[in-house]
Amino acid sequence: MQKEYTVTVYTEDRIGITNRITIIFTRRGINITSLTTAETEIPGVYKFIITVMSTREKLDKVVGQIEKLIEIHRAFVHEEDEVVYQELALYKISTKSLESGDIERLIRDHQARILTITADYFVIEKTGHQQELTDFIKKLEPYGLIEYSKSGRVAIVKWSRRFHEHLKELQASSEA
Amino acid sequence: MQQKDVLPMKAEKADKRLSAKPVITGSEAVIRSLIAEGVDTIFGYPGGAIMPIYDALYDFQDQVHHILVRHEQGATHAAQGYARSSGKVGVAFATSGPGATNLVTGLADAYMDSTPMVCITGQVAASLLGTDAFQETDVIGITMPITKWNIQVTRQEDIPGAIAKAFYIARSGRPGPVLVDITKNAQFGEFEYEYVPCTHIRSYQPVPELKQDAVKAAAALINEAKKPFLLVGHGVLLSGAEKALIALAEKAHIPMASTLLGLSAVPVDHPLYVGLLGMHGNYGPNVLTGECDVLIAVGMRFDDRVTGDVASYANKAKVVHIEIDAAEINKIITAEVAIHADAKTALEALVTDVQPANHDEWLAEFKAAHQKEYDKVQHGELYPEAGELKMAEVVRLISEKTKGEAVLVTDVGQHQMIASRYYRFKNPNTNITSGGMGTMGFSLPAAMGAKMGTPEKEVVAVIGDGCFQMTLQELGTIYQSKIGVKIVILNNNFLGMVRQWQQLFFDKRYSSTEMVNPDFVQIAKGFFIPGKKVTAREDISAAIDEMLATDGAYLLEVVVEKEDNVFPMVPAGAPVSTIRLE
Repeated sequence: MQKEYTVTVYTEDRIGITNRITIIFTRRGINITSLTTAETEIPGVYKFIITVMSTREKLDKVVGQIEKLIEIHRAFVHEEDEVVYQELALYKISTKSLESGDIERLIRDHQARILTITADYFVIEKTGHQQELTDFIKKLEPYGLIEYSKSGRVAIVKWSRRFHEHLKELQASSEA
Repeated sequence: MQQKDVLPMKAEKADKRLSAKPVITGSEAVIRSLIAEGVDTIFGYPGGAIMPIYDALYDFQDQVHHILVRHEQGATHAAQGYARSSGKVGVAFATSGPGATNLVTGLADAYMDSTPMVCITGQVAASLLGTDAFQETDVIGITMPITKWNIQVTRQEDIPGAIAKAFYIARSGRPGPVLVDITKNAQFGEFEYEYVPCTHIRSYQPVPELKQDAVKAAAALINEAKKPFLLVGHGVLLSGAEKALIALAEKAHIPMASTLLGLSAVPVDHPLYVGLLGMHGNYGPNVLTGECDVLIAVGMRFDDRVTGDVASYANKAKVVHIEIDAAEINKIITAEVAIHADAKTALEALVTDVQPANHDEWLAEFKAAHQKEYDKVQHGELYPEAGELKMAEVVRLISEKTKGEAVLVTDVGQHQMIASRYYRFKNPNTNITSGGMGTMGFSLPAAMGAKMGTPEKEVVAVIGDGCFQMTLQELGTIYQSKIGVKIVILNNNFLGMVRQWQQLFFDKRYSSTEMVNPDFVQIAKGFFIPGKKVTAREDISAAIDEMLATDGAYLLEVVVEKEDNVFPMVPAGAPVSTIRLE
């Protein structure tokens, strides 16, 4: 059955690695719904967090084919309940709306915060899951939403025991 | 005290290395790096963006033999043939743009068929990358899904390291093609050259550690089996596991069948060898796949041409899958026991853990199946007394006259299936064909490469009339480089396999499959290659003798039955047990 999965991939820092990973999804006709990538705590090792709608069976094979790439350390597929995750959204609103008192309450009630204010606009930051973040758009629209931007997923694996240790060992072994 | 002893030594070593670091161009570094990797043969075609490398090659002609092909696709297939016959890494050169894109088919073919190959392409100067410069193409992007690894080098200092990694990756683990794209500025630039072979990449484990638990579990299954069945894949040849495989089969008395690419790992006349698997394989191995209780698959990937309908495949069997590539395990067929390891290592461990057994009754089933196939199909194909010439009788004669010891290079289609079915291979690595990709035009250039890789062996290319016309310009290479390949065109004036499918599945609507062919012997003559055309049964034996007795290349055209079909046949996607004998 198709449902949302999180795929995490640990990679070397190499030009084109994103392409190498994504074409494996492309070949099987799997649409990537979000992709977050950044360097891990170990310099030179990157982590990709990819969300897709697919089946476990397909993704187990995809992950095997990703791991086969030379510059990939490990790749995993996680069910929704195996990860703790957050996404981050920014909302740019016209400063004029601050004149009305309720937007500040709205921001507080939704555990959002104001990042910056200029004469013309201000920017709100909110973290959460996709649904909450898009729901918040509707609440802000009456105040003059100018721009909305949301990140992909940042995830921590519930069952992980020693990812950090493993990466440290990797760093130590390549320095030796 | 110790510190004092150590320090001067280190300094001395450093000095020596410095003095051994000549200042040379990137282009010369390419050639020197290849020589350091043991390369003595390169197949290639020059052009603007790779001219500095060709210029450097000019000074190393005594150490590296460059074969000038007639098309870059030919360079890749030649490198493949060279690699498959010799076990070494094949090397191909091409220029940027169209030179590079012409490598695509060969790279894809080598990737599917796990062939170690390093392709080096020239590229426009780094400053021009991404600007649509003359003959610039994104060869890295294009070849990403069809190479085991690829890299673009834009600085001369990075050339030796990239080539070292390329060779390490191409030949280790499950082998495959690698492409190194080198910009023109890096070819011209000078630097202090030093070559350090690559022995380790931290994110890449080519040879997995053998898990003894898995070996024990596999042995337990084999020891309990009443009807065990061994499938011999290309991995057996790639890991040099032929002896270990035969030792296992003999000790536990297990029949062995081969995939298309596994052919030649086991001599065809071995008493436990029962034939070829797959769509046009033998009757017994296909039908009895459904009867076996333990299926031991070694170095193979359950291609759809082998499995037919996956849901009904080997339904009564527990599957032991020995495979070096983890991504192949459970990809198509779920393994009861997976041994993720090099085939030779795994088989050598397994053979000590299995018990001697006797499966005479089970083998008798294969013998009976063979007899049925022989009576219904083989005898008539191999020894026809009337009618037009049959492909199978030609292959039988070639097999007899070369004593099964030639390197047989085949293309794709009916002639390929017939040659694979009837050539009686005696020695490992003597079957070279395009399996996974099914690349028409593969065999003529691959045969050139095979002959270069193993000049001491007779190399016979068996080619269909359609396939031959896809890469026939390589006759020019064969002539220029004096490559003594024997070329047999089995000419039915049709794209035979497609025609067969049209006959069986498309109501005999022969859409675009009939060929009006040129005079192949005249074409060979144009390239100064001797040849002969045979149309009659009484002439074929002498013609093959003449071909084999000829010193150097020879082209033999044999006009065969126009609408001959290859049987047995498993209809595409059908269960292998439904294999048809007619």
